[in-house]
Amino acid sequence: MDNAKSTGDVALGIRRRVFEHSIRNNGGYMSQACSAAEQLAWLYNEELRLGEPTLPMIPKPFGGVPSAGNTDYQTGAGYNGPAEPQYDRLFIAPAHYALVAYATLIEVGRMAPEGLEMFNKDGSSVEMIGAEHSPGMEMHNGTLGIGLSTGAGLAWGRRRKGEPGRVWVFMSDGEVQEGQVWEAVQAAAYHAIDNLYAIMDVNAQQCDGAMESVMDARDIRAKFEAFGARCVEIDGHDLEALRQAAREPHPGKPLIILAHTVPYRGMSFLKRRFPRLHYVRFQSEEERADMNGAIAEELGIPPVDYAH
Amino acid sequence: MVEMVTRPYAGAFEAYALAHPEVLCLSADLTSSCEIDGFRDRHPEQFVSLGMAEQNMMSFAGGLGLAGFRPFLHTFGVFLYRRPYDQLIASVAYPRRKVRLMGFLPGVTTPGGMTHQAIEDISVMRSIPNMTILETGDATEVESICAAADSIDGPVYCRVLRGSVPRLFDSPIEVGRMRELSAGSDVLVVTAGVATEEALRARGALKAAGVSIRHLHINTVKPFDERPLLDHIASVKHGVITLENHVTEGGIGSLVAEIMADHGVGKRLIRLGLKDTYAHGGSRPYLMRHYGLDASALVAGVERLLGRIFGVTEADLDAVRVDAVHSSAKAEAL
Ligand SMILES: Cc1ncc(C[n+]2csc(CCOP(=O)(O)OP(=O)(O)O)c2C)c(N)n1
Repeated sequence: MDNAKSTGDVALGIRRRVFEHSIRNNGGYMSQACSAAEQLAWLYNEELRLGEPTLPMIPKPFGGVPSAGNTDYQTGAGYNGPAEPQYDRLFIAPAHYALVAYATLIEVGRMAPEGLEMFNKDGSSVEMIGAEHSPGMEMHNGTLGIGLSTGAGLAWGRRRKGEPGRVWVFMSDGEVQEGQVWEAVQAAAYHAIDNLYAIMDVNAQQCDGAMESVMDARDIRAKFEAFGARCVEIDGHDLEALRQAAREPHPGKPLIILAHTVPYRGMSFLKRRFPRLHYVRFQSEEERADMNGAIAEELGIPPVDYAH
Repeated sequence: MVEMVTRPYAGAFEAYALAHPEVLCLSADLTSSCEIDGFRDRHPEQFVSLGMAEQNMMSFAGGLGLAGFRPFLHTFGVFLYRRPYDQLIASVAYPRRKVRLMGFLPGVTTPGGMTHQAIEDISVMRSIPNMTILETGDATEVESICAAADSIDGPVYCRVLRGSVPRLFDSPIEVGRMRELSAGSDVLVVTAGVATEEALRARGALKAAGVSIRHLHINTVKPFDERPLLDHIASVKHGVITLENHVTEGGIGSLVAEIMADHGVGKRLIRLGLKDTYAHGGSRPYLMRHYGLDASALVAGVERLLGRIFGVTEADLDAVRVDAVHSSAKAEAL
């Protein structure tokens, strides 16, 4: 797909869409847009080699869960293009980032803006916690910590089949608290799976607040390296740093990029809630109005006209 | 109008834990979602944060049990048995530790889709030796769940309702004792959890259709006292219908079927619930309707059992209770 927009503009567009959606719907996963906008914008607009979408711009309604009788079953992976050997694959491992991922699909022209109107609506495939059948998703990753293992397996399989396409896994830092993540790195290193790439949104928060106050994960880079990955740490809002990081040589090892981010970046108003930002719900109509005014101004758009 | 109680678990747990210092509050990064955020803030010395690491939390709880504590584990029900199943068996169930598993958002009461919906938890737990299973169906049962669970000499899994919860009953859970909600003579309806509220929604319509319903509410799924159930089955003419917020394999429906088969009861049984399917994300009323777990599914079940069509419409049923997507009663839209 040709890059009609600059990656910076895509990132801004992601923040704007998630902000508007959250104000209108009385809350949402806003901080994830603040922290991850550049990462997802960069992946989709520059780094990933993806084909043209194979699914309709306006998502089809929920078409049933997988079963022997559901012969028309489809995942949402077609929004990332066809699963052909030359193309990359992407998993969004923390499925609550779905809102941000959907906004990204819209910004890069892979889904129509109407798709976001269907978010969390009964009977829609555009689910709040990204499901396998949701746009841009190929796996059910709502149970955190499993995405990297699946990515490693897919990457091993693609290498065995001689496919040049890479496997990318977008991760959250909370995931490292799950033991499975470490088993995944261990296996990927042991099997020298170097067509596996992960980028982790290190925003230092989780549901209960600051990670170090809930369960300190300590030096994630040192641990990943000790488990056998190549790991680079960068400022996750710096596009040039993202570009450089992906060029890091990592023969015989998976590459993991730790993107250090700020979960109120671009929406400074949220800072007053930090580090309890995992899910932003307005404490009062007054706060909603204040947030609407302040964040809209910072994002350079008019305040959202929402129903009270 | 039924009384709605906001966050009944929060106050109930706090009162119970303060009166019992050997009780510990364990959390896996869903502290507000499990209504124990106030407890964490007020009683940090009795609160143990274990992060998003359920397998470790399970075995850790086994160790606490060995040290003489009675840990209450708090997370979504699904994260208490799918990820840490092996740990549950080896560290908790086999050695009969007094570990209290508080599973929030049972069945399709969450919009989070397959990964968040505990739809086969009762089936799994029923098959684990030494396990006790309790399920709450209203605010009074939530308020009494801590004492009920902590009275068990061994591990116990509880399905806990949260947020805005209706008050249907005025007496606390008595472990092992089912509630008889109506004493009709045509059809026996057996429900648990949120399915009980659904059955109550159909009460007026079924009465108007001239069907005399005997309705039992189960809060203790395991161990289960068979005798009263058999007596109730004997006192209805046509048969039994079970309705559950769970797959029909291994849950309340299976429990009733096993007892009927064991005792050679030759009456019909219709098991309503999720029919060998996963569910997707959506609001509770929508999902209950979509998967046939609601009041109208029960009416259809009674029609099937009796071979009669009542012509009951949605308007004849009591109003569906629709939870706000966002409310001060819950931490997220989940
Ligand atoms: C196995 C598992 N346990 C618990 C949860 C509930 N949960 C959802 S997101 C989350 C942690 C959030 O931290 P992080 O992934 O870093 O995301 P952020 O807060 O930065 O959005 C938890 C505990 C889950 N989805 N899966």
